[in-house]
Amino acid sequence: MIRFIVVRIFQALPVILAVITATFFLIRMAPGGPFDSEKAVMPEVKAALEAQYNLDRPILDQYFSYLADLGEGDFGPSFKYPGRSVNELIAAGMPVTAELGFYALIFAVIVGGLSGVIASLHPNTWADHLPMTFAMIGICVPSFLLGPSLMLLFGVHLDWFPVSGWGDISGDKVLPSITLGAAYAAYVSRLSRAGMLEVLSQDYIRTARAKGLSEWRVITQHALRGGLMPLVAFLGPAFAGLLSGSFVVETIFQVPGLGRFYVQAAFNRDYTMILGTTIFLSTLIVIFNLMSDVLAAWMNPRLRSELFNYD
Amino acid sequence: MRQKIPTIILIFTVILITSCDVGEGNVDSGNRLGILHYGNGSEPQGLDPHVVTGVPENHIVRALFEGLAVKNPYTLEPEPGVAERWIFSDDKRVITFFLNPDARWSNGDPVQANDYVWSWQRALDPAMGNQYSYMLFPVKNAEAFAKGKISDFEKVGVKALDQRTLEVTLNDPTLYFIQLLDHYSTFAVHPPTIMKFGKSTDRYTKWTRAENIVGNGPFVMTEWKLNRRIVLKKSPTYWDRDKVGLNGVVFYPTENSVTEERMFRVGQLHYTAGVPLDKIPTYRDMENTPYVQAPYLGTYYYLLNTNKEPLNDVRVRQALSLSIDRDMLTSTVLQGTAFPAYSITPPDTLGYYPPRLFGYDPEKAQELIAEAGYPNGKNWPGIEIIYNTSEAHRKIAVAIQQMWSSVLNVQVTLSNQEWKVYLDSVDQMEFDIARRGWIGDYVDPNNFLDLFISEGGNNSTGYANAVYDDLILKKSTKTADRESRYQIFYRAETMLMQAMPIIPIYTYTSKHLIHRSVKGLPSNLMDSLNLKYVWLEDLKKEDR
Repeated sequence: MIRFIVVRIFQALPVILAVITATFFLIRMAPGGPFDSEKAVMPEVKAALEAQYNLDRPILDQYFSYLADLGEGDFGPSFKYPGRSVNELIAAGMPVTAELGFYALIFAVIVGGLSGVIASLHPNTWADHLPMTFAMIGICVPSFLLGPSLMLLFGVHLDWFPVSGWGDISGDKVLPSITLGAAYAAYVSRLSRAGMLEVLSQDYIRTARAKGLSEWRVITQHALRGGLMPLVAFLGPAFAGLLSGSFVVETIFQVPGLGRFYVQAAFNRDYTMILGTTIFLSTLIVIFNLMSDVLAAWMNPRLRSELFNYD
Repeated sequence: MRQKIPTIILIFTVILITSCDVGEGNVDSGNRLGILHYGNGSEPQGLDPHVVTGVPENHIVRALFEGLAVKNPYTLEPEPGVAERWIFSDDKRVITFFLNPDARWSNGDPVQANDYVWSWQRALDPAMGNQYSYMLFPVKNAEAFAKGKISDFEKVGVKALDQRTLEVTLNDPTLYFIQLLDHYSTFAVHPPTIMKFGKSTDRYTKWTRAENIVGNGPFVMTEWKLNRRIVLKKSPTYWDRDKVGLNGVVFYPTENSVTEERMFRVGQLHYTAGVPLDKIPTYRDMENTPYVQAPYLGTYYYLLNTNKEPLNDVRVRQALSLSIDRDMLTSTVLQGTAFPAYSITPPDTLGYYPPRLFGYDPEKAQELIAEAGYPNGKNWPGIEIIYNTSEAHRKIAVAIQQMWSSVLNVQVTLSNQEWKVYLDSVDQMEFDIARRGWIGDYVDPNNFLDLFISEGGNNSTGYANAVYDDLILKKSTKTADRESRYQIFYRAETMLMQAMPIIPIYTYTSKHLIHRSVKGLPSNLMDSLNLKYVWLEDLKKEDR
């Protein structure tokens, strides 16, 4: 098991280095620079700014000194927010984005999982069609439509929840979490329905029923573990997707997360910030995929025994 | 199982609903406590007066710091700030400022003339990379110092005669110089605080953090939560504190104007940075509407590349301009939120009225384009309008494309570009026609007309005229009398609009939603906010 994890980590390192290198050179190729602005900047001022951030040095030189700083865990100062380091901006935005992603995932698993399991127990009845219809809608409706709609209904008309912010007014975390989680809930719902349907038709379920176990025990003890396998494989990448894909929801609800910084950094050509967030997020994605693989291996008895034999 | 599922759903719903006790809104509590909740558009880049460049930064910096003179929000005329009075020499080139003895930094230190000398050196130092250093260029030798041509700051025209007297020597009698003293790039900063956190010219420093910053304005900062809010409270050391009507201000980075409007509707904001265009008709029709629209010192225009065919022909440029129906454009596409523009300088810029040489004239336009060799669009080479990606710019470009097509039968294509790509294209002059806007830094025609001097960094049209340069750079600067100066500008602007290297389209307006309890926040041409004057009326419940 440990060997499996170590091997996977070593496989991930070149991936991350490739991400750093590609990002570093790609953003330099984009037209426009961090200090271009609508009002023309005096050449002397621009030169001084470029010197302050070492942009006047040869690009390979910049690349290696960036890697050296990175080795010490320093992402450098942000260009757009001159008084802040990229580390600080990530540290400020990341917990919020992670919390938002976590709630969205909880929402997705509870709502999606429940409706999927219920649907699978009553295939082709209204208890199946109704949640599956909602799931289809959930997949199709983009968050930039769902968010404002929820905001209008629950925030403005019913006045149940605040329309913006994060942790400032009680209840302000509800709408962003639901908006972000909705599409994932829909996926979870369809995945768990399919997984459960497959498992429920297996011989060992028939055996369990034949032994006279109650339906509750058949489902919770025997069917769920196998039925939710596809879900586990989905969760790791899904959480990574929630972290890097929360930009729209963060903008709609003015949530002070990392997603907003990330996208704005690209528009602003804030080189260090783009690099910092890209490296940070891609590392997280690698980690979550790894965790999801480990979890899936642990839940699958056949894979588990194989992996434990490594040790 | 079947019984349990509904129970779980019920519990989940109950948790959701009980967790959402919205309670008293910001506006109600703000009115009670004298705290203004202000939608500020976006997260400020920073708060160092010699680093920042934007409008949201301006609002906060001018609450934390105060210039030698400030603009009265009602009249925009200068009034005493840190300087309690100032006198001009007879030739109007030397100004002596007498600092208010009660002016204090927020740590209690007195604000001294030397602080200004130190701060202006910092603002002008090339190493600082201050994009607004040109605000101080009317000062003698300031430009040479900022461009690294001289390194001895002693030669720059600012001197502390004693702790409370500051003498400023200008190159020319510059009428608008006093106005510039309310611009943050000319503010003094507290030298010991800056030196405590690094070199004087460091951009990457922690001195502007809530726990470190020392200012001299009517407010002090108590909290800065990145991308959430900035909280200010009334300064106990400010010299004119008895006149400050608010106990505090909370600034919110409201990037999304749709959400901002909803925050206003549910009582989370007193004031919005903007209003979504599609909501404006509804607000305008409301009784006691919170919608406030006022002329704004800015012009929306198209840059024409006069180096390229067919736009190198003045008749083509004029024909294009004459075939735009600006009244229709502003009333339909812009829903009456802008005024038609026929010049680069907005009308009534501190008493200056620009020439109006043309209007919507399809027949004349057709004649001109025929003379230029494109009768009814024949032989037209096809040109492109570029604009930065935005629905608003696209709508205007589409309308103009239609007008040109129907009046002149000429085809243009539209191309949207991502912001920095667009800036790069404009800078390199890689376009036929490019959308552009200019918002005045100070209320004076010079700020608009000097865009088009031959060497101007914002010219981007290829327009170069020695007579024009002479009028703007030499004649107008040597004239101390407002009326004769305005005559010079009028002449220059007439030349500019005859050559038509730009097509003016509309004059901007400022648009806000302002809660009825907010007082002392008048509209003005600069959309200039002076929080010192603002106060809140605690309305009775039935009036809210």
